[in-house]
Amino acid sequence: MVSEGVKTDVTDWPQAERSLPPRPDPLVTITKEEGLVIYEDMVLGRFFEDKCAEMYYRGKMFGFVHLYNGQEAVSTGIVKALNPNKDFVSSTYRDHVHALSAGVPAREVMAELFGKETGCSKGRGGSMHMFSAAHRLLGGYAFVAEGIPVATGAAFQSKYRREAMGDPDADAVTVCFFGDGASNNGQFFECLNMAALWKLPIIYVVENNKWAIGMAHDRATSQPEIYKKASVFDMVGVEVDGMDVMAVHTLAQEAVARARAGEGPTLVEALTYRFRGHSLADPDELRAPDEKQAWFARDPIERFAAELTEQNLASHDELKAIDDKVAAVIEDAVEFAESSPDPDPSELYRYIFAED
Amino acid sequence: MAATLMFNALREATDEEMARDQTVFVLGEDVGHYGGSYKVTKDLYKKYGELRLLDTPIAENSFTGMAVGAAMTGLRPIVEGMNMGFLLLAFNQIANNAGMLRYTSGGNFKIPLVIRGPGGVGRQLGAEHSQRLEAYFHAVPGLKIVACSTAYNAKGLLKAAIRDDNPVLFFEHVLLYNLKDELPTHEYICPLDKAELVRPGQDVTLLTYSRMRHHCLQALKEIERDGYDPEIIDLISLKPIDMVAIAESVRKTHHVIIVEECMKTGGIGAELSALIHEQLFDELDAPVIRLSSQDIPTPYNGTLEYHTIVQPPQIAEAVRKLMSRQL
Repeated sequence: MVSEGVKTDVTDWPQAERSLPPRPDPLVTITKEEGLVIYEDMVLGRFFEDKCAEMYYRGKMFGFVHLYNGQEAVSTGIVKALNPNKDFVSSTYRDHVHALSAGVPAREVMAELFGKETGCSKGRGGSMHMFSAAHRLLGGYAFVAEGIPVATGAAFQSKYRREAMGDPDADAVTVCFFGDGASNNGQFFECLNMAALWKLPIIYVVENNKWAIGMAHDRATSQPEIYKKASVFDMVGVEVDGMDVMAVHTLAQEAVARARAGEGPTLVEALTYRFRGHSLADPDELRAPDEKQAWFARDPIERFAAELTEQNLASHDELKAIDDKVAAVIEDAVEFAESSPDPDPSELYRYIFAED
Repeated sequence: MAATLMFNALREATDEEMARDQTVFVLGEDVGHYGGSYKVTKDLYKKYGELRLLDTPIAENSFTGMAVGAAMTGLRPIVEGMNMGFLLLAFNQIANNAGMLRYTSGGNFKIPLVIRGPGGVGRQLGAEHSQRLEAYFHAVPGLKIVACSTAYNAKGLLKAAIRDDNPVLFFEHVLLYNLKDELPTHEYICPLDKAELVRPGQDVTLLTYSRMRHHCLQALKEIERDGYDPEIIDLISLKPIDMVAIAESVRKTHHVIIVEECMKTGGIGAELSALIHEQLFDELDAPVIRLSSQDIPTPYNGTLEYHTIVQPPQIAEAVRKLMSRQL
């Protein structure tokens, strides 16, 4: 413990708040139906993660579990701008909610966390390794930044099919999620270079939640404004308020259209915050209470709910009905996970090779 | 029919598979315009274009990861390591992604990927360019590891590796590119998982791979002069190891010498020796002998380098000692 009156450099580190970028103008217009889809997806992410914390503390799931609370506007705003039958998503160790947004059923994600055979990775992956070929989820990559090259390869595949194989319909876009910590890794820079060089249809989404476990972003980088790093690769780089789903969604639609048209990649820096510790094993002692409170007050779901009702796109009762529906989906997912079988030990060696 | 040099045999394999399957492409440093550091892809970009012979920036980890992503989404990439040692920089993508991802994903994705290039100890290339990565990668689950040793098997094995639905590490040897064979005019494939019987014999089994196959053959005259009849088996597949072929030989000779170019500690021979002792102990008349490279960074000096790797006279001497029970 630090003695009274003495402050360490670590706890004293100034976390200057960046001024928020203005909302894109104009925002995309959404219908009531689209608004409710976006709201439901964010609530699904939030309720799912809250249930994970409960199940983790009740000993139903193990290992490192990283929750996404607070960042929902990023996953929803980006992924709901994609074509789910065509486009790819890659994620990190904080991947449950990206998987849900990409359409992986809550049952399969929860069952994976329970380590069950019915999980989306057959219980072999766990919290940090959600995969679904059916939902074009390229996976949760547990080592920081290692998913960036893989996602870049999926984007290269689109260009290859279109240009080398002559398939005019090969215009799939890949979204690659990662955090501020990854933006100081070589793979980030190497892949930005290649994606820009070859005009690959990819959107790199940095979820800058200010903290890489206990490493404050400002202490880890010489240029905290990550989106500016795109400029040296002659790539479009934009910052966005990651607590504002409509702002994120608007930028995502532009970036997707640009990628789909063969006009190249985009780096999106979403300013966001995780409402919980790095993982459920993190005592979360370094983040200042004031900082947390300031971000809690900007809850993306509450904000979007207010916008929907103010614009008469939805009533409180309709939103409540969605909350209730999602709560039931989560309960069903837990029941499904609990009642599902463990993988059979006789299949310990299955899935090592393609023929297995 | 003219003899074909090994690098051209590898080029033919690549060319034929690219013509056969549009999803096959090559990426790596200088594989396009330059034609590959050992000319395995010479002029192929003129035939197939720059996307299918993709010259990458010098970023091994990232372009190897890209190949994994392309393989997951339906292409069949061939990564050329300009020197296989450079792929130490891609260790994570080869181990965590190429090797383990199919399992970790519960079978969601397959990764048809070939990672090939020159390995082994060359002539005074210094420590970093004289790696034997087959040993470093041996423990990674999900990888197949193959070492070619003749122009004939190089072509047939590379074609098989390209068609395989799993990640294959394919080791060529920097000093074998100019070996030549008369190649068949018809198409042929060599199985990835089968050892090759190089010379049948009765007295002692020499298990070897890559360039050391040829060192064993150089030692043959002396071994025969000493009155012994060795069986030489080229492992070809370093993972999985063809224990069926090995068992058949050991049941005949009851004596085993492993001749390898990797270092002794944690090498291919270490695993192989353990497998033989575990599975064939009762067949052995003597402990398995390992002839391996010294456990040191490969020195630049030619004399020191000579003494670092196994030389043919050592193989003949080991046979003599083993057969006369002096070991």
